[in-house]
Amino acid sequence: MIADRIEGRSEAKAAPIGFGHFKNVRKIFHGTGGEPLLAIDSISFDLAAGKFISLLGPSGCGKTTFLRIVAGLMSATSGVVQINGIDVTGPQPDFGIAFQQANLMPWRTVLKNVLFPIEINRDGGEEATARAHELLSLVGLSGFANAYPSQLSGGMQHRVALCRALVHRPKLLLMDEPFGALDELTRMEMQDLLLDIRAKTKATVMLVTHSISEAIYLSDTVAVFSKRPAVLLDCIDVALPYPRTPEIRYAAAFTALEHRAGRGLGITR
Amino acid sequence: MKTLRLQQSAYPVIGLVVILLLWQGYTSLSGITPLVLPSPTDIALVSVRRYDLLLHETWPTLMETVLGFGLAVLIGIPLAICVANSKVLNLALYPILVATQSVPKVAIAPIILVWFGLGIGSKLALAFLVAFFPIVVDTAAGLKATPVGLLDLARSLRASPLQIFLKVQMPAALPFVFAGAKVAITLAVIGAVIGEFVGSVAGLGNLVLTANSQLDGPLAWAALIWLSALGIVLFAAVALVERLMTPWSHSERH
Repeated sequence: MIADRIEGRSEAKAAPIGFGHFKNVRKIFHGTGGEPLLAIDSISFDLAAGKFISLLGPSGCGKTTFLRIVAGLMSATSGVVQINGIDVTGPQPDFGIAFQQANLMPWRTVLKNVLFPIEINRDGGEEATARAHELLSLVGLSGFANAYPSQLSGGMQHRVALCRALVHRPKLLLMDEPFGALDELTRMEMQDLLLDIRAKTKATVMLVTHSISEAIYLSDTVAVFSKRPAVLLDCIDVALPYPRTPEIRYAAAFTALEHRAGRGLGITR
Repeated sequence: MKTLRLQQSAYPVIGLVVILLLWQGYTSLSGITPLVLPSPTDIALVSVRRYDLLLHETWPTLMETVLGFGLAVLIGIPLAICVANSKVLNLALYPILVATQSVPKVAIAPIILVWFGLGIGSKLALAFLVAFFPIVVDTAAGLKATPVGLLDLARSLRASPLQIFLKVQMPAALPFVFAGAKVAITLAVIGAVIGEFVGSVAGLGNLVLTANSQLDGPLAWAALIWLSALGIVLFAAVALVERLMTPWSHSERH
């Protein structure tokens, strides 16, 4: 009986509130000379494993700061930031990050760029190379493994960056406006690609965007952030089934969600 | 593409030929003495006839230049790494570097000669002094110009400072290093010649002086041409190493 209880307790410990648990996260910047700046004010939400969440908000609202805190590139001033039940105190090996810029190294070939995370963590080998090739063919770049980034278009570079973010099989994929620098058509192409890859890898995704339609098209949940200091205005459950196809953008349910997000942001009434 | 490349190599050749023809025509028509201005054919003839002497005098100048340049690379790059990565060293050393650079090298040359003697040492030192600055400045600038995004990426992967330096900062700085090296190698030739002018027993610079004092205009001009050729060859050699070491910056877009 007692043993059962102890077991029960330890199980409760192993299964935390959510895969991602964020409670009263605050961030204050102390610039040189200037007044302290409150960037994020008390944000709390939970993220279940395997879910796709978008952080939606106006430019400069602190959503990127929040993502950087989750990524461990920056620390919160106060509050709880947990992934998989562990406090995030620095970058984690099972995170993958894609930034607004593709950030490829011009001196590395496409394949070597994709393998960079493996090389840094020294857990490479044949398997990793095979996986890199597999990811590259998944994004339609199998013929470019030995090309240099300067030989690729902007959209192709972002596809390489996506492969690099996924090559070490991260449990959590963090994306900071990854398609923000792309034209509209390439952007829509990349969104479908991301959905496809996410369905195959089953990674949990946190994406920062200021595009309402992108947030709704991609996500299970859209967290609507306010202007600085960022507070959570709304948490929209996107009850549209996956796999999603571009046609869904014209569905009434889709527009209704867009409308709700717009209202949350104070753009529409 | 092909016609463009042909044009790119044809026009400089045509330009050169026109200048040589004008030069040749002027010297033969005006009857100017070869001591003041020898004709291109005079210079070419001397270059062939005194081939042994010219080649013999090229070696010391080549050694002075290459060794001075090599020393500048060996000392300049590590120094640039220190300056780029340490605020204290940057503040402490940078003004001194700029100050030493503003001293005219011709003016230091006699002092260097007193320190290092008539042999190769003084020329090497002068070549080093002029080549050093562009290498340090460009390498430091390259290291500081590492894209923030790449540093963020490396940090997010928990790369160690050494990994960040070797795998991100250094390759990112390489094109800058070579930009500095290309300037430095041409300056190193000038440094070596300054050294030979101030006091020497050998070298192409020395030959220019002695030929001039013996009123042998064509030989002086031939030595001058050989010096220029030496500079061009050394520059091309550095450019070739650059091409080999940074293949990504020369690949064409698909």
